[in-house]
Amino acid sequence: MPDARVNLAGPVRRGEPFEVRISIRHAMETGYRVDDAGRPVTRNVIRAFVCRYNGADVFSAQLSSGIAANPYLRFFVTARESGELTFEWTDDAGVRGTERAAVVVAT
Amino acid sequence: MTRGLASAAIVMVVYAACASAQRSESPRSGLTFASPEIRAMQADDVANPGMLWVERGSRLWQAEPDGAAKSCAGCHGDAATAMRGVAARYPAWDAGTAAVLDLEARINSCRERRQERPALPRESDELLALTAFVAHQSRGMPVAVHIDGPASAAFERGRALYRTRVGQMNLACTQCHDDNAGKRLLAETISQGQPNGYPAYRLEWQSLGSLQRRIRACFFGVRAEMPAPGAPELTDLELYLAWRAQPLPVETPAVRR
Repeated sequence: MPDARVNLAGPVRRGEPFEVRISIRHAMETGYRVDDAGRPVTRNVIRAFVCRYNGADVFSAQLSSGIAANPYLRFFVTARESGELTFEWTDDAGVRGTERAAVVVAT
Repeated sequence: MTRGLASAAIVMVVYAACASAQRSESPRSGLTFASPEIRAMQADDVANPGMLWVERGSRLWQAEPDGAAKSCAGCHGDAATAMRGVAARYPAWDAGTAAVLDLEARINSCRERRQERPALPRESDELLALTAFVAHQSRGMPVAVHIDGPASAAFERGRALYRTRVGQMNLACTQCHDDNAGKRLLAETISQGQPNGYPAYRLEWQSLGSLQRRIRACFFGVRAEMPAPGAPELTDLELYLAWRAQPLPVETPAVRR
């Protein structure tokens, strides 16, 4: 079950950047490990992450085996109008996770 | 005369036992041995990866099991009030099972007896999440366990095991965590081995893990046979460690190296 925690640092003011933080529960299996029987463990890391602000891409990242488990991403988005941030990511197994957060721009 | 001497000897033995129960040093949380980066990660609930398990636990707390059984919340209500302070008292004697139970075992006992569902395996994500969620409700409260009455036998076994040399290294817990705490073991600082942050997120594990997992890792480290997860001697040690940690605050979910 994909799950994540999102935090938007407030207050959000029009035209100014605000901080977005997200941590995603994911084992980020590197593909370099072997199990107790010595068989290689198949790589399964989040490959692509994208954040959209009212539908438009504002941040994206390509992750790899070098990223620790439960990745924590922190970035800034410039506030335009109230709306919604949507987050979407996909791992090697094809499992897609989504999360959303409401953006309220102070008038 | 003989009787007088004997009773004097008994008094001395009792006195010696009490004296050995004293802790030589005041307890220091593992947090104080951690790097500034790790301390910052624990202090920030957004950055603390252990909070992912706490949040999952809060959903499990509300989740209605199949069949007629109630959810955790169905009996206990709001965990913020019902579970506040509970983890600080564990491990504790449980009259229903006539044994000392740690928090994981207590949650499983509730699942089996009240919800009529199979016990969750130790170190399973669900059990870790529920334990972390329940323990999190006591964050900041001082650890205070009962070691008298029916729990005293387990406590004494735990205290004895803590002082027993084990494994190919022939080391007892006390030799690292009392005699050499604060000193270096290769690149690492030896902590006092305090349990107040568990279940904790260890960077080495890349995951949340239980206190039993951490204790088992120490058994592995001294090349001793590891007790099985859920083994009574681990619960005995957990009880002794909790007593020894008093009055450190519960930090769950802590972040450790």
